[in-house]
Amino acid sequence: MALLLKDGEAVCDPWAMCGDDDTALPDGPAIVSLERWHRDRSLLSARNAPLGVRMKSHQLADEIAGDLDRFGLVVLEFPKFRDGRPFSTARALREHHGFTGEIRACGHVIPDQYQFLIRTGFNSVEVASSAKMDSWKLALHEITIAYQGGILDEAPLSMLRRKLEFGSATKR
Amino acid sequence: MACQSSAVHAGIYHYDELDRRFLAERVAQFRRQVARRLAGELSEEEFRPLRLMNGLYLQLHAYMLRIAIPYGVLGSHQLRQLALIGRRYDRGYGHFTTRQNLQFNWIKLVDVPDILTELAGVDMHSIQTSGNCIRNVTTDQFAGAAADEIVDPRVYAEIMRQWSTLHPEFTFLPRKFKIAITGSPCDRAAVAIHDVGLRAKLGADGAIGFAVLVGGGLGRSPFLAKPLREWVAEPDLLAYLEAILRVYNQYGRRDNIYKARIKILVHEIGIEAMRAQVEAEFERINGPRYRLDAAIVASIRSHFAPPPFTAQHERSGGFERECASDPDFARWTRVNVTTHKQPDYVSVTVSLKPSGGIPGDVTSGQMEAMADLADRFSFGELRVSHEQNLVLAHVRRDDLYLLWQELGRHCLDTANAGLVSDIIACPGLDYCALANARAIPLAREISLRFADIDRQHRIGELKIKMSGCINACGHHHVGHIGILGVDKQGIEYYQITIGGDASENPALGQVIGPAVGYGEVVGLIERLIELYLERREAGERFIDTVARIGIRPFKEKVYGAAA
Repeated sequence: MALLLKDGEAVCDPWAMCGDDDTALPDGPAIVSLERWHRDRSLLSARNAPLGVRMKSHQLADEIAGDLDRFGLVVLEFPKFRDGRPFSTARALREHHGFTGEIRACGHVIPDQYQFLIRTGFNSVEVASSAKMDSWKLALHEITIAYQGGILDEAPLSMLRRKLEFGSATKR
Repeated sequence: MACQSSAVHAGIYHYDELDRRFLAERVAQFRRQVARRLAGELSEEEFRPLRLMNGLYLQLHAYMLRIAIPYGVLGSHQLRQLALIGRRYDRGYGHFTTRQNLQFNWIKLVDVPDILTELAGVDMHSIQTSGNCIRNVTTDQFAGAAADEIVDPRVYAEIMRQWSTLHPEFTFLPRKFKIAITGSPCDRAAVAIHDVGLRAKLGADGAIGFAVLVGGGLGRSPFLAKPLREWVAEPDLLAYLEAILRVYNQYGRRDNIYKARIKILVHEIGIEAMRAQVEAEFERINGPRYRLDAAIVASIRSHFAPPPFTAQHERSGGFERECASDPDFARWTRVNVTTHKQPDYVSVTVSLKPSGGIPGDVTSGQMEAMADLADRFSFGELRVSHEQNLVLAHVRRDDLYLLWQELGRHCLDTANAGLVSDIIACPGLDYCALANARAIPLAREISLRFADIDRQHRIGELKIKMSGCINACGHHHVGHIGILGVDKQGIEYYQITIGGDASENPALGQVIGPAVGYGEVVGLIERLIELYLERREAGERFIDTVARIGIRPFKEKVYGAAA
């Protein structure tokens, strides 16, 4: 069982992850893989309930750029925490494609990446239920200075260094 | 801080309250991580990436801590602190590396948080000296001083240091990423062997811009960097780097760590495809959000203002008299002294390669002596060169004799900069967990064989670079003579290349024949040099002769005509 974190707190997850078989989707918000989206696009487009898509780390932002208005959620999978591609995917979704829905990290992520996730455009993280919540909470506020622009900064890169404000800014 | 008063004119980036707060937070974070590790809450596997992000390696015998010396520039107070750390937490010495950093080789894990606190006290750290992130940016050891300099690269190296520090998108790259920058046509930063090489230059209107090279690197597949763009204007520098890094982060190989550097991506897709992708990305992100504001550049530049040089209206003639009366001094000035922008000043290379010594090793006592000499003679500032020497960048010509005498008291006056005993060597099998062969003892033997300093001067410029394994930390591919240690069924062998060059005319050396045993290397080098001395024409350096006559005569000299 996984926990969903937002702003360092465990929250209820309204989304259901669906498999790649032909099983009908639940009535509520549902997540499908990119493969299933490609396969069942017309069927899934006809749904009224919110739809999310789950992408592997080698599946990059441009692959769903044209379909983003269909999705309320994009889930980006880290096969291992050292695979940093989803950081670029999230940032591209926000900056190049103007995606304003939820971007969620899942798979192997570690607390030390929490700020990086938020600063590249993620707003929720799926962690194992055994995860140490203290570590995640702490990670959010351990470092309060950033030396480069992140996704949360409205202003241009006028300063290399700025104080970070996490919390409200992550509630997109 | 009182200890910083002596380095007030040092050309270092002076921290402010925000920089210090960042560093204090980062140290506190690592202190908690170490406590969790020592308490058994973190396994070594979980701890490994955390310690690597703080420059802490587990080597053959102990932990090694690699401390960042941003673009190789140090204030005297910082070097004193390194001396203190060496004495208190290590064995009384440290080791300067080809990455312009300092390594302590005998560190205890439990001490590391305290060491990082001591470092933070002088605005230093070990962040991003390891891990698959953007590493310490390196540059010309004579930056801000060299007579041939067009643009001061320290300004941009510092901007890149800040921009890359805990970059949220580029801290989990396929592999490490090294950037080097030069601001002189004469490339002393070896930019062509870095993932990204920058050559700062001036446009027709006097504006600053950069030629960008990409995909250089040594290791098991050596490549010289290829030109990516002739001109990136200063305001676009960070946006352009973001574009390169984003392409690399998304498309660099992650299936094989030996093929994960950007050089392999560039090699596999070709420079044209790489350029097209970077340009497309640059086009998309090149908005005001990423523009490097002229005000930021000006504010960073103010940290590197020239020190208060004293102008001399007439030459005292002292230097010339001292050279005439003391041939040892004159000999030292011929190779260890470099022309300065200010005619009354010079830059001094302080050799860390005494006869039979360990390249790059310095005792805490020598560090303190160098800090004092920097205060007396060079505005409290020092540099570390990628050739593993120290530099006093701004020394009055009239002070040289006194400085040289003082250096002599600490065995720091070896007159061999750029000569055969000024050897680059990695730590090799004496320390490193990756090494196949020893490098340090061999460097010492070569140095001892050529101990006659007059003979070294007769041989002239000759750069020997040695690595104890294929990872090439000792830059052997670009050595005029390169030595690579290999392992053959548990026995150390050494493969020799010649004709490599790390300068503005970069070249990879060519293998001259089968690898030889440890005991044969010194004799082999002796024969290479013999042939060079027989065949050289007036004014030719070793590599010039290699370029003119090719490697065959050298090969025959070493292996016999049948080779």
